[in-house]
Amino acid sequence: MSMNRREFLKIAGASAILGFGGISAIDALEKVEGAQVLSELKALKAKRWAMIVDIKKFKTEEDYKKVINACNHIHNVPQIANPKHAVKWIWTDTYERTFPDLEYEYAPEEIKQKPFIMLCNHCDNPPCVRVCPVKATFKREDGIVMQDMHRCIGCKFCMAACPYGSRSYNFLPPRSYIKEENKEFPTRTLGVVEKCIFCYERLDKGLPPACVEASNGALIFGDLADPNSEVRKVLSANYVIRRKSELGTRPMVWYLI
Amino acid sequence: MYNGGKIIIGLLIFVGIVTFPILYDRGKVTAKPDPKIDTPEILKLPENERKCVESKAFMTKEHMKLLNQWRDWVVRDANGIYINTEGKRYTMSLQNTCMKCHSNKKKFCDECHNYADVKPYCWDCHIAPKEKET
Amino acid sequence: MLEAAIKGRPRYWIWVSFLSAVILVGLIAWLREHHLGSGLTTGLSRDVSWGFHIGQLTFFVGVAASAVMVVLPYYLHNHKAFGRIAVIGEFLAVSAVVISMLSVFVIMGQPSRVWNVLLHPTPHSIIFWDLIVLMTYLFVNILCGWTVLGAERKEVPPPKWIKPFIIFAICWAPSIHIVTAFLYAGLPGRPHFMTALQAAHFLASAFAAGPSLLIILSMLIRRFSRFDPGTIAIQSLAKIVTYALIINIFFIGLEFFTAFYSQIPEDMHTLQYLYVGWQGHSELVPVIWTSSILAVLALFLLIIPATRRNENTLAVAALAVFFSIWIDKGFVFVSSGFIMNPFGGVTPYWPALNEFLVAAGTWAIGFLILTILYKIAVSIKEEVVFDKYGEKQVQTK
Repeated sequence: MSMNRREFLKIAGASAILGFGGISAIDALEKVEGAQVLSELKALKAKRWAMIVDIKKFKTEEDYKKVINACNHIHNVPQIANPKHAVKWIWTDTYERTFPDLEYEYAPEEIKQKPFIMLCNHCDNPPCVRVCPVKATFKREDGIVMQDMHRCIGCKFCMAACPYGSRSYNFLPPRSYIKEENKEFPTRTLGVVEKCIFCYERLDKGLPPACVEASNGALIFGDLADPNSEVRKVLSANYVIRRKSELGTRPMVWYLI
Repeated sequence: MYNGGKIIIGLLIFVGIVTFPILYDRGKVTAKPDPKIDTPEILKLPENERKCVESKAFMTKEHMKLLNQWRDWVVRDANGIYINTEGKRYTMSLQNTCMKCHSNKKKFCDECHNYADVKPYCWDCHIAPKEKET
Repeated sequence: MLEAAIKGRPRYWIWVSFLSAVILVGLIAWLREHHLGSGLTTGLSRDVSWGFHIGQLTFFVGVAASAVMVVLPYYLHNHKAFGRIAVIGEFLAVSAVVISMLSVFVIMGQPSRVWNVLLHPTPHSIIFWDLIVLMTYLFVNILCGWTVLGAERKEVPPPKWIKPFIIFAICWAPSIHIVTAFLYAGLPGRPHFMTALQAAHFLASAFAAGPSLLIILSMLIRRFSRFDPGTIAIQSLAKIVTYALIINIFFIGLEFFTAFYSQIPEDMHTLQYLYVGWQGHSELVPVIWTSSILAVLALFLLIIPATRRNENTLAVAALAVFFSIWIDKGFVFVSSGFIMNPFGGVTPYWPALNEFLVAAGTWAIGFLILTILYKIAVSIKEEVVFDKYGEKQVQTK
C-alpha cells in the first residue's frame, strides 16, 4: 500500500496521542481492591463546626501568642518574617483591617487599639470551594473547609475568591522557616496553598482544635447544629458579629465584641 | 541517496539519544535493592507480630496505590482507621504508622526507589524519621 | 504545507533564532522560579496572588477571541474582502490561545499536577471550563485554518464539512472570553471585578485589541512578502477597531458613574487608587494614564476618516489601541483587583524581572508559532490562488 508523507505524519501523530492518552487514562483509574475503612471511635462529630472568638477574654499579648503558637507549632507553619510571603493560619490584625466595612471613626478607643484574631472562617457557602478546579479545597460533611495538599495545583484561584484573606501560598520553601518541627504532622512544600483546617486531625481523634485548647475559654468551639452546644448558647444570649456578612458566605467564625 | 548527508547525521543523533541511558550508566555497579527491616522498632516486637499492614508481596507491588488511597480516605473522607485483609485495625498515616516501624528511610524506602530511579514526592511534605547512626 | 516553514531567507531564520533565544531565556527563568519559589522570583505576595501572568492570560484570550471579527463577516455575511485574511485571523487565534494557556501554566505552583484538572472535573469551577473552552477553540481553529488553507493551496473551495466547524468556532469565540471574564466577575470579595458588565467589557476591549494587532500583522505581511491582505480588509478591520474602542471607553465611563454616583467606598477606592492614588499609594497612576492617553489618541486617529484611511496614522492608532488595552487588561486590571486587599488597604505590586522574562518566553513561543503558521499561509497565498469567489488573492499594484 502506498502512503504519502502527510498521511504518514497524520497516522503517527494520532497513534502517539491515543497511545499516551490511553496509558495515562488507564493508570489514573486503577484502585486497590476490597479494602475497608472506618472513622476513629473517639472522633468528634458534628454537622457544622463553628467558633466564637470572645475578644474580651484576650487581654495580654501572651493570650494571643499562646493561641497562635499552639497552631503554628503542631502544624509546622513556617515563620516567614516578610509579610509579603508570610504563611498565616491564625493571626492578629487591627479592628479596622478585620472589619473594613464596619464603623471605625466613632468606635470605642479600646476596640480600635485591640488586636483581633483572624483565621479561615470555614464558611457555610465558601467561594473558595466553588472556584477550586480540582476540588483540592472542599467542604467536609461536618462543615470544615478542608485543604488537600496532595491535589492542590497551586493555581491560587482560591486565594482570589476568599474575601477574608485567610489563605497563604507557599512562596518560599517552608522547611527552612519552621522553628521546631512537629514530627507527627507533615509540612507543606513550595507551590501549594494552605490555611487553617479546624484541626481536623485532632477532631478525628477526639481532641479540640489546638488554638481552642490553648485559649483558655477565649475561643468557643462547637456544633452549630446542636442546640445545646456552647456555641449556640452564646449566640442566642449575645450580639455577635461576623466578617463581611453581606457577601453571603455565611462564615462560621463569630466575634463576641 | 537524496539528502544522504542529513539522513546519516539524523540517524547518528537518533542512535545517540536512544543509547544514551546505557552509555551514561556504563561501568556503574548497581546492587540489587535490599531493603532492611531490622529497625529497632520492629525488633522490639515479638517475632509473630512482625507483620506489616498487608503481606510483603502485596506491599511490594501495591504500596504506592495503598498510600494514595489512604491519603484520600484520611484527607477527603474523614476516615482514620484501616481494616486490613486479616481484620486488624491500623491508623492510616505514613508518618505515624508506616514510618513508626520502618524508621530507616535510607535503608528501606530509598533502596528500591534509588534502584528504580523514582522520586516519590511524599518526602517533600511528610517528615522522614531522623536516621539513627548505625 | 509544512515544508514552507523550513524554507526561508536569512532574515526569517534570524527572526526564528531570536525567538528561540527568548524562549530559552524564558524557560530558564521559569525553571528558576519553579526551583526557588515565586517569593524570590516574582512580585507576588500573600495579598496579590495573581498578577502579570494572569493578566497576560486575560489579554491574549481576548486577542484569540477577536478572530471572530474576521471570520464572522466573511462566512456569515459574505464580506469578500476578509476572504484573504480569514486564515490569517484564525492562525493569530491559535498563537494567542497558546500564549494564554502557557500564561496560566507558568503560574502554577505544582505544574506537574495540572492533569488533575481533567482527572477531577469540577463543573462549578470556572478554571475547569476555561481549560475546556480554550483547548476546544485551539483545536477548532487549527482544524479550520489548516483545512481552508489546504483548499486554497489546491485552488478549490473548502470542503463542505468544514462549514459546521466554522459556525461552531464563530459561536465559541465570544464564549472563550466570556468564560475568562467569569473568572473575575463572580468573586464576592473583589468589588473591582464584580460587575455584571465584565464580560461585555472584555469582549469590547478584545474586539479593539485583536483586530488592531491583525492590522499591524497585515501591514507587516504586505511589507515582507508578495502577499497583500488588501486595503479593503485593513480598512474594514479599522472600522471594527473604531467602534469596539468607542464601546470600550464608554464601558470604562460606566464604571466611573456607578462607583462615584453611588459613592460606595470600595467601588470608588479602586478607581481612585488607579487614577489619582489612594491611602498614600499611587504606583499604578502613571501606568493607567498611559493607557488612557493612548486610547484617546487612538480614538481621534480612528474616528477622523482621513487619519483612519491613511495607513501610516492607522498604524500608529492600531499600535496605540493594542498597547493601551494590553496595559489595561494585561496588567492593571488583574493586579488592581488584588492590590486593593481584603483588609481595606493597599498592597502594592510590580512584576519582578524574572516574572517578565517568563512572560517574554511565553510571548516568544506564541510569536514563533505565529511566524511558522504565517510563513506557511503566506507562501501558499503568494502564489496565484482563487478564493471562493474566484478572485485572485495577490494584488498586482
